[in-house]
Amino acid sequence: MKTILTVFTLACSTLLSSAAGSAKAGQAMPKLPQLLPGAGVPNTSGKVVLVDFWASWCGPCKASFPCLNRLHEKYASKGLVIIGVGVDDDAAKYKAFAGKMGAKFLIVHDSSHKAAEFFGPSTMPSSYLVDRKGVIHSVHTGFRGAKTEAEYVTEIEALLAAKP
Amino acid sequence: MKRPAIFVIIAIAYPLLSACSDSLVRVKPYERGNLARPVMAESLDPLLQAMTEHGYFSREASSGGGGVGGGGCGCN
Repeated sequence: MKTILTVFTLACSTLLSSAAGSAKAGQAMPKLPQLLPGAGVPNTSGKVVLVDFWASWCGPCKASFPCLNRLHEKYASKGLVIIGVGVDDDAAKYKAFAGKMGAKFLIVHDSSHKAAEFFGPSTMPSSYLVDRKGVIHSVHTGFRGAKTEAEYVTEIEALLAAKP
Repeated sequence: MKRPAIFVIIAIAYPLLSACSDSLVRVKPYERGNLARPVMAESLDPLLQAMTEHGYFSREASSGGGGVGGGGCGCN
């Protein structure tokens, strides 16, 4: 019996240690200005927020920018805030990539990786859709073109339709 | 040492050590900038790699070359 209990404890602790450090659906998102100090993140209370983690060295991240621009153009006036969080170590590469991509939404540099450590993206890009109450509604990992965009549209429209 | 003591030591040490392996060994997805640099690629010369692979699968065609299929004349 003791052996079984020990094995059970070990299994639980392994699961807990491997699952630690990544944000999940249903979890409350902390205030972004605390995670990204000095980045000029606006007050997003009562708004639907899409936090997207990207890097200049990540191919799918590059492919996701036109999609995010389209979402911004379509839904920003209805209450969607898209925040692209660049995680490059090199600030020059971050700036060069951000300038080249022509993002119409807000992009910020997570130079200290404070935000990345909280969200713990499992792959690049990863995005977190947050509802009007500040709770993470869904997590998207990777970018698969039109399929991912269709998922974004469905979820964003549902969240925007919900009352604050 | 009594058996229960061993179990307690293992039960405490295992999660502690596994936590160490998480923070010390694993490069997190957002820290892979250096690994993504072209200089970190397996081969720096795509043409040389393509020619080497072509030579390999031609030479080893009778046993499937670089794939899982077997047999063939090896005449390409």
